[in-house]
Amino acid sequence: MTTKLVVGLDGLSSGDKALEYGKKMASLIGDCEMVLLYVIEWSPYSFQTPEENAERHKRREQEIELAMSRIVLPAEAAAKEAGFKARGIVRHGDVAGTLDAVAVEENANQIIIGRTSDGGFASWVVGGVPAKLVMNASVPVTVIN
Amino acid sequence: MKHIRKAVGLSGLVSIIASPALAQEVMSLDEKVNSVFASITGPFVNLIFAPFPGTSFPWIVMWLVVAATIFTLYFGFVQFRFFRHAIQLVKGDYADPKDAGEVSHFQALATALSGTVGLGNIAGVAVAVGIGGPGATFWMILAGLMGMASKFTECTLGVKYRNEYEDGTVSGGPMYYISKGFTERGLPGGKFLAILFSIFCILGALGGGNMFQANQAHAQIAGIVGDYPGWLTGIVFAAVVFAVIVGGMKSIARVTEKVVPFMGIMYVGAALIILFVNYDKIGWAFGQIFEGAFTGLGVAGGFVGALIQGFKRAAFSNEAGVGSAAIAHSAVRTKEPITEGFVSLLEPLIDTVIICTMTALVITISGQLMADPATGLYMLNGNHIATVDGNTGVALTSAAFGSAISWFPYVLAVAVVLFAFSTMISWSYYGLKSWTYLFGEGKKTELVFKVIFCVFVVIGAAANLGPVIDFSDAAIFAMAVVNIFALYFLMGIVKKELFSYSTRLKSGEIKKFKN
Repeated sequence: MTTKLVVGLDGLSSGDKALEYGKKMASLIGDCEMVLLYVIEWSPYSFQTPEENAERHKRREQEIELAMSRIVLPAEAAAKEAGFKARGIVRHGDVAGTLDAVAVEENANQIIIGRTSDGGFASWVVGGVPAKLVMNASVPVTVIN
Repeated sequence: MKHIRKAVGLSGLVSIIASPALAQEVMSLDEKVNSVFASITGPFVNLIFAPFPGTSFPWIVMWLVVAATIFTLYFGFVQFRFFRHAIQLVKGDYADPKDAGEVSHFQALATALSGTVGLGNIAGVAVAVGIGGPGATFWMILAGLMGMASKFTECTLGVKYRNEYEDGTVSGGPMYYISKGFTERGLPGGKFLAILFSIFCILGALGGGNMFQANQAHAQIAGIVGDYPGWLTGIVFAAVVFAVIVGGMKSIARVTEKVVPFMGIMYVGAALIILFVNYDKIGWAFGQIFEGAFTGLGVAGGFVGALIQGFKRAAFSNEAGVGSAAIAHSAVRTKEPITEGFVSLLEPLIDTVIICTMTALVITISGQLMADPATGLYMLNGNHIATVDGNTGVALTSAAFGSAISWFPYVLAVAVVLFAFSTMISWSYYGLKSWTYLFGEGKKTELVFKVIFCVFVVIGAAANLGPVIDFSDAAIFAMAVVNIFALYFLMGIVKKELFSYSTRLKSGEIKKFKN
């Protein structure tokens, strides 16, 4: 049975580190597929103007296209070129929640993420993405420093 | 109009600001704006508010009440049967995770609310209670509850018949559902009604969605810093609105959209604190509301006067049946248009039944309305109830809150300015959608409307409350004339949607994604 790893990309060096570790794990496992996931932070409870609402669908498509072309597809192509099985996905939502939801949906064995540098008051109060995932994820989580 | 624009031209403004000796001229400018405005809008206002022959009851109020009653009965009290389901939809219980990133039900509701919660709740209620007495509150609540069904009908149609363009943007609202719905049903006149609605919507956007807001925001600021020419507030407001809708400074709008809900919560919180402190008077206040609703307690026109004011202010505040909310709600991404109808019915509840009632209770409890201790009847000053400091409109609400929390008028001033601003932004969009429906999409066409909108901000701030409030009401109610007329022909479509959806919901075909 193919082992599945969900690798969190963020367009930064932390995401690159997670992908590197994912590749290392995949070569050790052998039959392994990497699901490369980029999450666009988004909340259904935010406030928008009527004009923003009217253009939201168009913006969403643009955001997905941008994330795909700049972050996910290059990472997927590089992984495939190196001989790995890889598939890129872009989703909107809460980053930690979406990483976990995709892991469940894909029946993944593990989530790999880089330690993010997100700081500030919010992450001090409720914890950053790694902290939230480590505490709540449905599958094992590896956080790369 | 040309005369007004010339009068507030740039060179004129610079010389007025530079020379205090022209202060007298400044005052006469406000008066001039007011008289020109009143004479132009008079016939339109008189037509909309014409009473039934031999009575003082405006036909338009009956039009709205009868419609809300018919929709309530026709859809079997949908506002109560599907209330819980509406909450579940807003919470996102039925939202497909695959649609994440699209406009959610919550966002559509919040956007529509930011267009309706505002001065209608603060100043409008004060006008209603100031003329119709506490009894007007009863009729306002009733109109709010019934209006939920009107909102449900129009917002369902708004989503069902919206235009989805190739670039992914959407445009919706009564003008679209009237023309498409009538064609679908093989009825004539759809296009004509849609055009008529668009014209009234543009007038409504310039009136209630713009001039009334600018006018009351100025009244609130002047009440705190002292009297000064209204057009000065108008120029500042117009500049900021211009920066957002023409200059594309979305950051200002975004900040406002985020701050306004907190201001709303703060307003309700302050009202609750005042009610809590005066808990011993709450029973008495409700007594005044019920007694006044059926006797008038001495107000002009008796109980009919209270009823008219209650219904008028409720319709102006929650805009049920007017059609504006259908424009805001049509942006939501859903496979089931009726779900947006369910969500939208929460709007009159939040706006009128909760927030307006809070304002009315605070005004009643504060003792600002003067009553004759011997008879218990309210004392009149003209057709208004006499108030402690002679306040009307937003100044009355401010005085009522200020009598309990001395510093609250300052918070209220900020809230009023922000509410006014967010309502203007929303209505500039509603007006723009009607404008582009009439004249076609295009940057130049849009710019013309946006500039006109900004000019009306200045006129609204400079004119007196009387003519502005009359024109605002008349323009908004004129939208309701066309919209409700069309809804009678299209409500069968909504009923089919309701039957289909409720059957699938009961059978479990429509599933929750979240528990």
